[in-house]
Amino acid sequence: MKIDQRFTDKFVKISLNFQAYFTVGILLIIVFIIFLKGIKHFNLEFLLTFPEDMGRHGGIFPSIVGTILLVLLSLLIATPLGVGTAIFLTEYTRETKFTKIIRFGVESLAGIPSIIYGLFGFIFFVIKLKMGWSLLAGALTLTIMILPTIIRTSEEAIKAVPKNFRMVSYSLGATKWETTTKVVIPSAAPGILTGIMLSVGRAMGETAAVIFTMGSSLRLPTSLFDSGRTMAVHFYILAREGISMEKAYATALVLVLSILCINILAYYYMHKVMTRYS
Amino acid sequence: MEIKILIKDLNVESSETKILKNVNLSIYKNSILGIMGPAGSGKSTLISVINRMVDFEEDLKISGEVLIDDENMLGDNVDTVVLRRRIGTVFAVPIPLPRSIYENIVYGPKLKGITKKTILNNIVEDSLKKAFLWDEVKDRLHTSALKLSGGQQQRLCLARALALQPEIILLDEPCSGLDPISTAKIEEALNELKKDYTIVLVSNNTKQIARATDYTAFFYFGEVIEFDITEKLFTNPKKKETEDYIQGKFG
Repeated sequence: MKIDQRFTDKFVKISLNFQAYFTVGILLIIVFIIFLKGIKHFNLEFLLTFPEDMGRHGGIFPSIVGTILLVLLSLLIATPLGVGTAIFLTEYTRETKFTKIIRFGVESLAGIPSIIYGLFGFIFFVIKLKMGWSLLAGALTLTIMILPTIIRTSEEAIKAVPKNFRMVSYSLGATKWETTTKVVIPSAAPGILTGIMLSVGRAMGETAAVIFTMGSSLRLPTSLFDSGRTMAVHFYILAREGISMEKAYATALVLVLSILCINILAYYYMHKVMTRYS
Repeated sequence: MEIKILIKDLNVESSETKILKNVNLSIYKNSILGIMGPAGSGKSTLISVINRMVDFEEDLKISGEVLIDDENMLGDNVDTVVLRRRIGTVFAVPIPLPRSIYENIVYGPKLKGITKKTILNNIVEDSLKKAFLWDEVKDRLHTSALKLSGGQQQRLCLARALALQPEIILLDEPCSGLDPISTAKIEEALNELKKDYTIVLVSNNTKQIARATDYTAFFYFGEVIEFDITEKLFTNPKKKETEDYIQGKFG
C-alpha cells in the first residue's frame, strides 16, 4: 500500500513539532519543580549571609563567591588557550598528521567522564604540585575539562568564516595576524561565544571534579590557595547527607537562575552582534 | 609609452596542467589593459601572480619575472604586504566586509598606520567620489555595507582598493554579476581613474573589453594569442582564434 505523500508530510511536521515542544517542556518542568521547592528559602538574606550549622541554616554567600571565582578563573585560562589552539589548527597549519593527532586528542578529552578529571586533578595539582584543595587546583582541572568544548566550537566557528573575507583582507595589505584578529575572529565571535557559554554551564554545574580538587570548605575563599565550596557541591552535600532539602533546593534555584541569566545575556549580545551588519 | 608592469617568460604549473605558458606582456602606465579569453585560459591566475595572492594557492610552480617599475616582484624577499598596498584588487563577486561602509574603506589605511580622523574622513570621501559612489551613500556612511545593492557593493570594493592610494588596479571580472547600468558606472569610473592609475581589467565580456580598454590581450589555454591596441585587435585581428572568439564562435 502506498502511503499518501501529503499525509507523510503532515505526520512528520506534527511529530517534529511534538518533539520540539517535548524537549522544551521537560526543561520547563525541571525549572518549575526547582522553583517550587526552592522559592521558600530564596531571599536576599539567603544570598548574602554565611551558612550556619553545616548549611542547615543561614545563606550561601561563600558558595556564590566560590562559584563565580572558580568559573571566571577557569574561563580566564581556558578561553585564550582554547581559541588560540583553534586559530592554530584552522589558520596557521595545513591538515597534517600532527593536526589530526591534536584533533583526535581533543575529541577523546571531551568524552572523558568528569570524575576522571577530578582524580587526575587531585593526584597532579592537589598532591604532586602541592596546591592542596584550592581554587587554583579546581580552576586548572576545570580548564582541562572545558578546553575541548571551547576548541571544537571555536574551530567550527572560524572555519565557517568565508575564505573571501580573508582574501579581501590580504589584498588590502593585511598580514596573517591582522587578518585573523580584525576579520576572522570578529566574524566567528558568536560561535566562539556559544562554546564559552556551554563551558560556563558545565563548569558551574560540575560537582565530582570540583570536590576532588577544590574541596568543600564552607569558608569564603580569599586567595588562590583557599579551598571553597561551589553551589553545585553545596547542593550535592546538603542533599546527599540529608542536611536540609529546603536549603538544597534554594541553592539549586540560585544555580539554575544564574545559568539562565548568563545564557539570556549571551544570546542577547550574540543577537546584537549578528544583526548589526545584516 | 612608459611600461608599468613587464611580464617576462611567466610560467605557472599545477601538478596537473600548465596554467600559464611563456607569457610575455607589457602593461603601459595610465592605460587600461583588457584581458579576455574563455574560462580556464589563465586570466585570473595572471592577476593573482601580479598581486601575489597566488601565494595562498598550494603546490603551484611559478617561473619567470613580473617587473613593476623594473623591479621583480616574484622573489621570496619581496614584502607582499607592501606590494599589495601598491596594487588595488577588485574581485569578481563584491565582497564587502561585514561592517559599515566607512569601516570598509578605512580598513586598509588604518592597517597602514593612519589614525587621524580628519585624514581618514578625507580618504573615505575621496575614494568614494573616485568610484562614483559618494552621492549615493554620503548620508549613510555608518550603515552596513551589506545593505548596498550588488552594483554599489562592487563600487565600494573599488573605493576600498583606491583608499590605499595604489599605483595599479586589478579587476578580475568585476562586472560578471552586475546589471548594465552598474556596469556602465564602473566603466565610467575606470575611464576617469586611468589618468592616475595603471589598470588591468579581466573580463569574458568581449563587448566590455572593446568599450572600456586601451589595449587588449587575448588568452587561450594559458597562452597570449594576440596583444594589440584594442581598436586594432577588434577591427583587424591577426589570428584566427582571436577572430573566432570576438565573433562569439566559441567561449
